[in-house]
Amino acid sequence: MAGKRKLVLDPSWCKGCGICVAFCPKQALELEEEKVRLKADNECVLCGLCEARCPDYAIWLEDLEE
Amino acid sequence: MPSELIHKFMRIDHLPHIWCAGCGNGIIMRDVAVALQELIDDPEVNLNRGKVVVVSGIGCSSRAAGYMDFDSIHTTHGRAIAFATGIKIAHPELEVIVLTGDGDCSAIGGNHLIHAARRNIGLTVVTFNNDIYGMTGGQYSPTTPTGDLGTTAPYGNIDRPFDIAQLAAGAGATFTARGSAYHVRETTELIRQGIMHKGFSLIDVYSVCPTYYGRKNHKGGAVEMLQWQKENMIPAARYYAMSEEEKQGKLLIGTLTHTNFPEYTAQYAKLIERAQAKAKKGE
Repeated sequence: MAGKRKLVLDPSWCKGCGICVAFCPKQALELEEEKVRLKADNECVLCGLCEARCPDYAIWLEDLEE
Repeated sequence: MPSELIHKFMRIDHLPHIWCAGCGNGIIMRDVAVALQELIDDPEVNLNRGKVVVVSGIGCSSRAAGYMDFDSIHTTHGRAIAFATGIKIAHPELEVIVLTGDGDCSAIGGNHLIHAARRNIGLTVVTFNNDIYGMTGGQYSPTTPTGDLGTTAPYGNIDRPFDIAQLAAGAGATFTARGSAYHVRETTELIRQGIMHKGFSLIDVYSVCPTYYGRKNHKGGAVEMLQWQKENMIPAARYYAMSEEEKQGKLLIGTLTHTNFPEYTAQYAKLIERAQAKAKKGE
């Protein structure tokens, strides 16, 4: 993995299916009023499995700007 | 703005897409984009995205051709492979990718499927197989398992389902594989291999339709349906290490057939050469 990355969410594209929440290996995500969000106290390891399985492209990893 | 990948390969102004919450189609469409990205980035392949054509038929799956930002054509029901055949014959240098569904591909377009496979024409077909006709409201399809319910099978489906990959293999396809919405990494790799293969490739990808198939058959929502894929569809390395007993009720995620046979447009080019040589000689 090159450089530092961050998790980005776009709740306006989220349909609240809960796939990312269910298959996150660190249980770092939750749904709030049918929209995904990162838990306040999370252990996200930036594995990208949420991005890979999000059918709506509402969550993804992005390179941090230098 | 969405991720770089989505921005690069999808028509952003058409997103978010029309598919229901939890529909597996969005996952599979992304797998196709990732496979193409890998081939573009691979210095040994150096795929030119301008040479990629995406063809679809009708149904939920077939909306994908409208979302993917390539030269694309959204054709009539069942005829995606027929249109794709025409494109490939006219321009064999193009990478023609057909995105289709279980009904579009194996019912309405079943005849096109078997003959394209028989000819071994260099198309890559990716089926978004969700076991149901979703767009029209949940009628049973050729892949609906026996006994399952659909709006047209209120007492249970008495048909035996097609295994689309095996059907294509039986008809002569030289690369067939099975993937799933859950198994993203494996499925992407199978799609990549399918595009690279010189001949007819079909990757049957099990999608999930929580709205019609899942709800009608009490299979839970998208999470439960993907969990079923996780538990019952087994990637090749693990599958082949299992005993016959352990394999009972499990489905392979991986390549089913991979053989070599002359590709149709290459054979056709040779035929033209032969005919022209004959004509020159005045035969």
